[in-house]
Amino acid sequence: MGEKVLMKGNEAIAESAIRAGCMHYFGYPITPQTEIAAYMAKRMPKVGGVFLQAESEIAAINMVLGVAATGKRVMTSSSSPGVSLKSEGISYIAGSDVPALIVNVQRGGPGLGGIQPSQSDYFQAVKGGSHGDFKKVVLAPASVQEMADLTATAFDLADKYRVPAMILADGTLGQMMEPVELPDSAPKAFDKPWALTGTKCQRKHNICNSLYLKPEELEKTNFERFARYKEIEENEVLFEEYLMDDAEICVVSFGITARVAKNAIVEARAKGIKVGMIRPITLWPFPEKVLRAAADKCKAFLSVEMNMGQMIEDIKLATECKKPVYLCNRTGGMIPSPEEVLAKIVEINEGGDR
Amino acid sequence: MAVVFEKSKVLTDAPLHYCPGCTHGIIHRLVAEAIEELGIEGRTIGVAPVGCSVMAYDYFTTDFIQAPHGRAPAVATGVKRADPENNIVFTYQGDGDLAAIGTAETVHAAARRENITVIFVNNAIYGMTGGQMAPTTLPGQVTQTSPYGRDVETVGYPVKVCELLSNVDGAAYLERVAVNNPANVKKAKKAIKKAFQNQIDGKGFSLIEVVSTCPTNWGMTPEKALKWLEDNMLPYYPLGVYKDIYAEEEAK
Repeated sequence: MGEKVLMKGNEAIAESAIRAGCMHYFGYPITPQTEIAAYMAKRMPKVGGVFLQAESEIAAINMVLGVAATGKRVMTSSSSPGVSLKSEGISYIAGSDVPALIVNVQRGGPGLGGIQPSQSDYFQAVKGGSHGDFKKVVLAPASVQEMADLTATAFDLADKYRVPAMILADGTLGQMMEPVELPDSAPKAFDKPWALTGTKCQRKHNICNSLYLKPEELEKTNFERFARYKEIEENEVLFEEYLMDDAEICVVSFGITARVAKNAIVEARAKGIKVGMIRPITLWPFPEKVLRAAADKCKAFLSVEMNMGQMIEDIKLATECKKPVYLCNRTGGMIPSPEEVLAKIVEINEGGDR
Repeated sequence: MAVVFEKSKVLTDAPLHYCPGCTHGIIHRLVAEAIEELGIEGRTIGVAPVGCSVMAYDYFTTDFIQAPHGRAPAVATGVKRADPENNIVFTYQGDGDLAAIGTAETVHAAARRENITVIFVNNAIYGMTGGQMAPTTLPGQVTQTSPYGRDVETVGYPVKVCELLSNVDGAAYLERVAVNNPANVKKAKKAIKKAFQNQIDGKGFSLIEVVSTCPTNWGMTPEKALKWLEDNMLPYYPLGVYKDIYAEEEAK
């Protein structure tokens, strides 16, 4: 690892992307992620890269598609309403089997919503979020350090499996400053024989396409793609366990709310409550196995999220509803306090929810 | 026997899916010939639209990418910027793609003087979906979604793309051509070749609008369609150079 610097989460993503060999960034201004674009605008010309402010989110994601098809690392970033606009392009990226990074620094919704932090794009991020059968790798950082680290991971996974990858952050993580150690190792290289580089009149033309008019062919490509997804599910699940050895209550939380929940867990432990946490780092693939195993040991789960309860559905699926799953949530840009989470843990420990 | 004509080697052997009398075949040939004559086949990357020419990627021997509806200029921007020294990038788009859903991408690629070549086929109708009103459908023209004729009072007027873009500072070269007779086909070829040469020379955004027919969806024989084009399309969409900043500079 390299030097330790104090940075905003948004800037850490941008700098880490450049260090991961991403020389192309396309974006459109939207709060609370604009620091990524601003950082790229400043840095890209200095490192021989391309920063381009597109005419829309739609144009930006299609510029990403263009670069991705040439095999070069490329990214865009936005916040919730902007990501909705990108969703068509993300489907094409998935359907064309090209790698790219999309960053969503979430804000409250629906509609224009607000500009305060939120996790209400969980469904959009992990359930496809656009038309057609496809998935994308979704990584949820919980610190500025992880904003940097997972950006590099996202590029590697996208390249390895030829899929779109998403960093699902939120306005808090984007705006807050923390010390971060930036990676300084050379980016991983991947062989990309499919890339559009011009035939040089030496090979048959490469075609980057998602159109298959014969249903048999389209079905086949979808089956092949889902076989790759299966590999991702088997090999790339990331999560953090915290005080789970003897835990009777398992908090499940990702991103910034996991930081809040950790404080509550420390307080609860001080009261003698056996509580721990499983923090999914990959939201897709979701850490199903560890949750399923926890369902055999724990008496209850508590999902802490900044939305009306979205990840809770995946927790119920993973645990096969063996144990009750409670919800502690705020939404619309409100962040749950450690006290609120603690109160919920105490309530569950005392035998129930409300 | 002497060979007097050969198919361009930049075209594959795949049979074209276009309807009888459709002018896409001629335009494909002109694009392929221009690429071949300029010796850029090995570094050209095409961008196919959504619409009748969506499967252009099967017909050219160059690398190709298929873009979402209207987004070809944005996709082309990405492909070009990925390797501006090497990549020669062209989009091949219809009127619905370029002048309706993709208006923003078209105007802003021009405004950026993006160094790409745009082949714009204007046949005044949505062909692939079966003949609906297009942004370039003429006033009074009957289509599936203007069954009583395009009523400008309720749906507005056709978009004249070359005229519109001639007001965009970034656009470098705009010419409207047609392929309705051999003389015009030759002129179209020259314009298309120039649009690629401009890109090789780094001169920036070049767009060639090709006024075309759609006999199937116009409900005419190919011959009648050509006549209809001459009588109706060409008066509304006059042929000629709408902008050529380098010729203008030379003239000064």
